Amino acid sequence: MTNAIGTSTARVDGIAKVTGTAQYAYEHPFTDPVYLHPVQATVARGAVDTFRSDKAESVDGVLAVLSPWNAPRLADVSDPELSLLQGPEVRFRGQIIGAVIATTPEIARHAQSLVEVEYTTDDHDTVLRADHPDRYPEDDPQTIGDDVDEKLSSAQLVIDQRYSTPEEHNTPMEPHTAVALWDPAEQHLTLTTATQGPHSVVDTLAPLLGLEPQQLRVVSPHVGGGFGSKAAPHGHDLVAALGALALPGRAVKYAVTRQQGFVFVGYRSPTRQHLRLGARCDGTLTAIDHESFSQVSPAGTFSESASSISASMYAADARRLVHHLVPLDVPPPHWMRAPGEAPGMFALEVAMDELAVAAGIDPVELRIRNDPDRDPATGNRWTSRRLVECLHEGARQFGWRDRDPHPGIRRDGEWLIGTGMASATYPHVMSPGTKVTIRHDGGGRYTVRTGAADIGTGAWTTLTLISADALRVSRERVTMEIGDSSLPTATVAGGSSGTTSWGSAIVATAEAFRRQHGDDPEAGAQTTGGVSEDPLAEGYTAASFGAHFVEVRVHPGTGEVRVPRMRGVFSIGRVINPRTVRSQLLGGMVMGLSMALHEKSVRDPRFGHVVTQDLATYHVPVNADIEDMDASWLDETDELATPMGSRGAGEIGIVGSAAAIANAVYHATGTRVRDLPITPPALVRD
Amino acid sequence: MESRLALTVDGEEHTIEVDTRTTLLDALRDRIGATAPKKGCDHGQCGSCTVIEDGRRVTTCLSLAVAHDGASIVTASGLSDGDLGLHPMQQAFIEQDAFQCGYCTPGQICSAIGMLAEIADGSPSFVTEDLADPPTLTDAEIRERLSGNLCRCGAYVNILAAVRQATQHSDKGAA
Ligand code: FES
Ligand code: FES
Repeated sequence: MTNAIGTSTARVDGIAKVTGTAQYAYEHPFTDPVYLHPVQATVARGAVDTFRSDKAESVDGVLAVLSPWNAPRLADVSDPELSLLQGPEVRFRGQIIGAVIATTPEIARHAQSLVEVEYTTDDHDTVLRADHPDRYPEDDPQTIGDDVDEKLSSAQLVIDQRYSTPEEHNTPMEPHTAVALWDPAEQHLTLTTATQGPHSVVDTLAPLLGLEPQQLRVVSPHVGGGFGSKAAPHGHDLVAALGALALPGRAVKYAVTRQQGFVFVGYRSPTRQHLRLGARCDGTLTAIDHESFSQVSPAGTFSESASSISASMYAADARRLVHHLVPLDVPPPHWMRAPGEAPGMFALEVAMDELAVAAGIDPVELRIRNDPDRDPATGNRWTSRRLVECLHEGARQFGWRDRDPHPGIRRDGEWLIGTGMASATYPHVMSPGTKVTIRHDGGGRYTVRTGAADIGTGAWTTLTLISADALRVSRERVTMEIGDSSLPTATVAGGSSGTTSWGSAIVATAEAFRRQHGDDPEAGAQTTGGVSEDPLAEGYTAASFGAHFVEVRVHPGTGEVRVPRMRGVFSIGRVINPRTVRSQLLGGMVMGLSMALHEKSVRDPRFGHVVTQDLATYHVPVNADIEDMDASWLDETDELATPMGSRGAGEIGIVGSAAAIANAVYHATGTRVRDLPITPPALVRD
Repeated sequence: MESRLALTVDGEEHTIEVDTRTTLLDALRDRIGATAPKKGCDHGQCGSCTVIEDGRRVTTCLSLAVAHDGASIVTASGLSDGDLGLHPMQQAFIEQDAFQCGYCTPGQICSAIGMLAEIADGSPSFVTEDLADPPTLTDAEIRERLSGNLCRCGAYVNILAAVRQATQHSDKGAA
């Protein structure tokens, strides 16, 4: 019965994308649009004293200048990130404190430079430290099993090390863009914006703007990547909306510049981590103590909780996990691909490699020895935990057998060669609440509508395949409509939950459609349905798993690291569209390589801003950095997790991959790098 | 200050008045309504805005529109004429899934076509081993020459496969 699912299918939006005709937020046609350029704070903490805009206003073509005092008032100012232009407070450098709207982008940008602002400033602090006096634990420590300190003091082997990961910026290739149009006659706002969840933008912004949900429509059919940074509205959406309210009837376009994309659209907090592993001589873990620290802002307290990853990954008699938050004068951190899991797994999997070395055990074997039968955090059964098979299959593909564990002894000319591995996991997330409308258009053709978003994941195509099988027709007979809040409510594309949540709702609605209209429905027959709760049975934990295997070459003279070979094998349930899933997994691995070797946002403590605020100084991999890389998966289905048998695949590729590279660098050089990114100074030898 | 200029874009002639500060990219996007050249950085650092101008690949964010009066520009929207279907490079990008979000894609495709023309012309690159001989189309050459086009979705493995496919299945790899 199912045959669309599992068939390698070209993207249904492929032609639009390769011809450049797919419309991203900025590219929708508007009559006589106007352009917004923000005024940004040049101090890291304080208040705007004076805001003089007369010079800017006198420029030909300037239509409005919004200040902290004259901008339209919000109905609700409880969200400090989005309560912009409502008062003089400056909470971080680069915060939006004004906006110029003009007939062309050139005029808006020039006039913005003529606005004169004076501030009262306070001392600021933007440096994350584990011993920061203002740190506070996010929650009580999570303790599971025996006493950790006791187990550590009686352990035959102890690994006790500190790890760090840097601040990172999502930097999707499409910079955030919002176009807002207020229709005064209809009292209706249309916001065309790059978002991972049109309905979540409505839910957040409508109350702030004092609108009923039906007075706000969010349009977002094509999104140029997000990686978490488009999962919630940020300041640009709000300011574009304020601009539209100030200029009724005009489409106000605000294209965030690449530099501004390093300020107020979210980022991954840096982390500091302290890990203590206790083990017996044979490598079986007796204790895991994972403590982590991340920064938060007066404008938002999103927590990059790195220690949580250690709850379920391996068996141990005792475990303690605690995460601390450090309040700093920085922009609000936010989601970035696998938030918490990516930096946490870096620390855990490097520590496991250190334990393998200390115990004299092969690192693959060490993971197998510590694979838990049940979820250690809850005692739950797994719906399917096949990490060990991923490890075996990855080792086989990579040719891991007979690896000599001694570090720093393999050479090819001047280059040192090494191999490394790490495990991966990502929790299965189902977000209930998605609604779907299925309509029979006649002749066995169906239109399936839901407000999902395709940020590059392939959702346009994946949901078409799920719909086809659920409706028992070929995929050519299904037309998907997504990316618009005027469609039935859908949850956010985030937490690797999109396909799970939307797909489950499609399957449920197709069943309801058949119950209501039978097997031979009339043209025009329509059903709206959805899922209101996670179907995962009590007592079960579901998660995706994987294993990364990497070869590196390190030049001892320059410290350069190359990654000639990388393999990932994943357990992600049934794969809906092999073609797009492989791309997602590879994309995650590329981002893991990037995390290991390239990315770092350098924040200047004197001024409080990120100085690496463009794509020349914020390094991401280019084509020449990626060599022989491949991703594959186990043949399986997990119907306890979703009716499609699938689990999330969007984030697991980045989890563990940075650790696998760091472990390979150790094997090549004998140098253990515990602070990312791994850059030449750590590896150059005289 | 405004200036008048003529541009041929994907075979269509346009005469526009622009603020002299307008980049070629903004003229294409804001004034002519071209959607294929994308703005990823506005600083010549990402390649998203790449088009083919007079047979060569160029990043349109890096120069002012007024410097291109009379230029003939082909964007990814104009690589194929509607009847003949897609350019082989576009077809290969779809078949190899050489993109995810698609935002870098029109630039990647124009850049790949321009790159093949440069190899055919015998221009060496940083990784060309022997400068005396014409460069050959190795994987290293393709990767190196496409490294001005960032893809944050990380589609590089499939971009390489697509370029390979386009050069194998087509004798018109260079436009
Ligand atoms: S937009 Fe021109 S190179 Fe990035
Ligand atoms: S496909 Fe998204 S940036 Fe390349």
